[in-house]
Amino acid sequence: MEKTLIIQRYNPEQDQAPSAKRYQVPFDHSTSVLDALLYIQQQLDPTLAFRWSCRMAICGSCGVMVNKIPKLGCKTFLRDYPAELTISALDHFPIEKDLISDMAVFLDHLQAVKPYLINDSNSAEPHRQTPAQLKKYQKFSSCINCGLCYAACPQFGLNPEFLGPAAIVTAQRYNLDSRDQGKAQRMPQLNGKNGVWACTFVGFCADVCPKQLDPAAAVNQGKVASATDMLISIFKP
Amino acid sequence: MQVLTTDIIVVGGGGAGLRAAIAAAQIRPDARISLLSKVYPMRSHTVAAEGGAAAVTLAEDSLDAHFQDTVAGSDWLADQLVVEHFVKAAYQELVQLEHWGCPWSRKADGSVQVRRFGGMKTERTWFAADKTGFHILHTLFQTSMKSPAIRRLDEFFVLDLLVSEQQVLGVLALQLNSGELFQILAPKVILATGGAGRLFHYNTNGGIVTGDGMALAYRHGVALRDMEFVQYHPTGLPGSGILITEAARGEGGILLNKDGYRYLQDYGLGPETPLGQPQNKYMELGPRDKLSQAFWQQQQAGLTADYQGHAVVYLDLRHLGAQKLAERLPFICELSRSYVNIDPVQQPIPIRPAVHYTMGGILTELHGETRISGLYAVGECASVGLHGANRLGSNSLTELLVFGKAAGEHAAQSLPPMPRSHSTAATEQARTQQRRLASLFGGKQQQSIASLRKAMTLAMEQGCGIYRDEQGMQQCRTTLVSLQQQLADLKVSDHSKVFNAELIQYLELSFGLDVALTLCESALARTESRGAHQRLDPGMTRRNDQDFLQHTLAYRAADGSVALRYQPVRITSLPPAARVYGAAAKQGA
Repeated sequence: MEKTLIIQRYNPEQDQAPSAKRYQVPFDHSTSVLDALLYIQQQLDPTLAFRWSCRMAICGSCGVMVNKIPKLGCKTFLRDYPAELTISALDHFPIEKDLISDMAVFLDHLQAVKPYLINDSNSAEPHRQTPAQLKKYQKFSSCINCGLCYAACPQFGLNPEFLGPAAIVTAQRYNLDSRDQGKAQRMPQLNGKNGVWACTFVGFCADVCPKQLDPAAAVNQGKVASATDMLISIFKP
Repeated sequence: MQVLTTDIIVVGGGGAGLRAAIAAAQIRPDARISLLSKVYPMRSHTVAAEGGAAAVTLAEDSLDAHFQDTVAGSDWLADQLVVEHFVKAAYQELVQLEHWGCPWSRKADGSVQVRRFGGMKTERTWFAADKTGFHILHTLFQTSMKSPAIRRLDEFFVLDLLVSEQQVLGVLALQLNSGELFQILAPKVILATGGAGRLFHYNTNGGIVTGDGMALAYRHGVALRDMEFVQYHPTGLPGSGILITEAARGEGGILLNKDGYRYLQDYGLGPETPLGQPQNKYMELGPRDKLSQAFWQQQQAGLTADYQGHAVVYLDLRHLGAQKLAERLPFICELSRSYVNIDPVQQPIPIRPAVHYTMGGILTELHGETRISGLYAVGECASVGLHGANRLGSNSLTELLVFGKAAGEHAAQSLPPMPRSHSTAATEQARTQQRRLASLFGGKQQQSIASLRKAMTLAMEQGCGIYRDEQGMQQCRTTLVSLQQQLADLKVSDHSKVFNAELIQYLELSFGLDVALTLCESALARTESRGAHQRLDPGMTRRNDQDFLQHTLAYRAADGSVALRYQPVRITSLPPAARVYGAAAKQGA
């Protein structure tokens, strides 16, 4: 059994713009899009460039557009698609080559939200944190930084300065952590013009998240936190 | 070629590299620490570790017990001074990660929860559900963002170490998105490049785990120690090798053969423990080498089942119930559903052993330094002496932290006052490498790099697998030598500069073949069975302390072949004894 992958190829050293190339790939019930790309690279065309590593949906390397929807290549299976499928680099990031996009802007946004525990305790023992307190942020700590939500986000597409879903998720992850005291330091970013208020709540980020983190919910919680913050700042002398 | 000057270069952005970088930045916030990786740091393979990290935590546990488990687990090939240091430092390192925000799983009272792990006498494994490596990596990566001293060089591939007169001068690296060469000068280079699991066909490792750092050091005369010891994890998914954590057994999962029989009781791990009552160091909680060897025995006896052409046994988790599985093993459930289409709540998971971890690596001192001044190695690429002939599950995540910190601190404390901004020796070496790189390109080829790589991984699987014999390893060596020649004759047909995947795979395979050859030669010469190195040849099926209570050191000879030497094992307090598990251990105690 075979399917056709129509892959957007782009080599910045030769091409003005990406162009589509067709490849026939054998598949069975377990063949993922990543397996198919590896088959092409190993058997048909060694010049095809894409990122991958863990092949178990945890390293976050292999995000691509499959039929225009952001997907992890390793967790998307040929069996679920008709005879032809198109693969291209993640939307909204600059393309570097073929299926490789430049993720630097995402990492800058992540860094901007101070994605680390802010707490000046010097104890030699662990903090206490109950399972209920852990649960409050646990889901948001599971972001694998794959960038699918950025490729899905129309706001980020229009304005790359928008912090975007995963960075806001991570800010919320720390804001909601009972051990953290850094919320006040993160709020200016979240409240700023490229923070939570730029989100128009399309919700596509939540649909494409391979870890079902619901970034949209994090953004909205961020709006609530942000609004509370604003109210407090209005009434404070 | 661009020239950069920095104070400390860390090669590799996984757990060990990040921990080293953070430690260095804490001591010398004014220093320039370049964190260089062939991927974005959060893609590093630490991300895939599932089960947890060991440290003595409970009141009824002791440092001595962790020490004994580790030394016995290593089949007495661990460096006991290193193990003593490790078990002492472990707890504070896990607390440090807690202070940095790692979401460790908790007990109802808010204290940290510990779970059972194979070969450990007492529960001492800290965990973050079944994604411990993922959480450790992201906690470290995000914490590293706090420090302005740490400057990332993402997607830089190191081609060579720059070394002159046994002093490291820096590295030569290729920036993947431009194809530009960078000569990066620094008085300190810390290798944290991970293992070499991708030398084998069936493995739990990510595609990036190709042994690069080991080969870099080896080519400059540093020994690779104990390379023959390769850990097969007993529970990988058939075909892909995707890891199903040992924690699944720690929580009470059982292993069944095709007849539904708990076969481990036939291999010195019994008696059978009651369902739902796992017992430390019995049955499914035996060490990894013993469990993988039992699988092989079952396969020989025709007692394994078939899953799409792969011999398998079953990991049965059904009795744990949907709720516990969702709480303790959610990622395992997700992996099983996605990759073998099996819901562990309803059906047992087909599994088979897959290469997981390289116990051996770059020979280092306790603080991580190698015989080349200023060159360090930490984590899976290193052999500091913790694992010996078999690593215990959950010791390696803690290793990244304890020894990553030690190397980072040592490098920062011993920085020279004025790092050099120019080195004639480095420039000469870089130019030589630049010419060599240019010579790799050519026209369209008959052979592909992918086909050579596959030949290597199959040869390793056949010759250096769970059980080994002279003939199989000789055959493997012949194949590896031939592949080295074929690779030398092969040209890279893709001439592009930006993200040249073919070039990178060529370089990775070239590194990998060097490492594979040290592994095969070290295994051939060890004519005994110990830990993960098991021989079938007559007279070699048992441990032989008389001749082999020593480390293997593999050096690169001038003609490119492997020269072996041996080093005595440091024994401080636990003399070699029989290595027993299950009821036999109790009788001995």
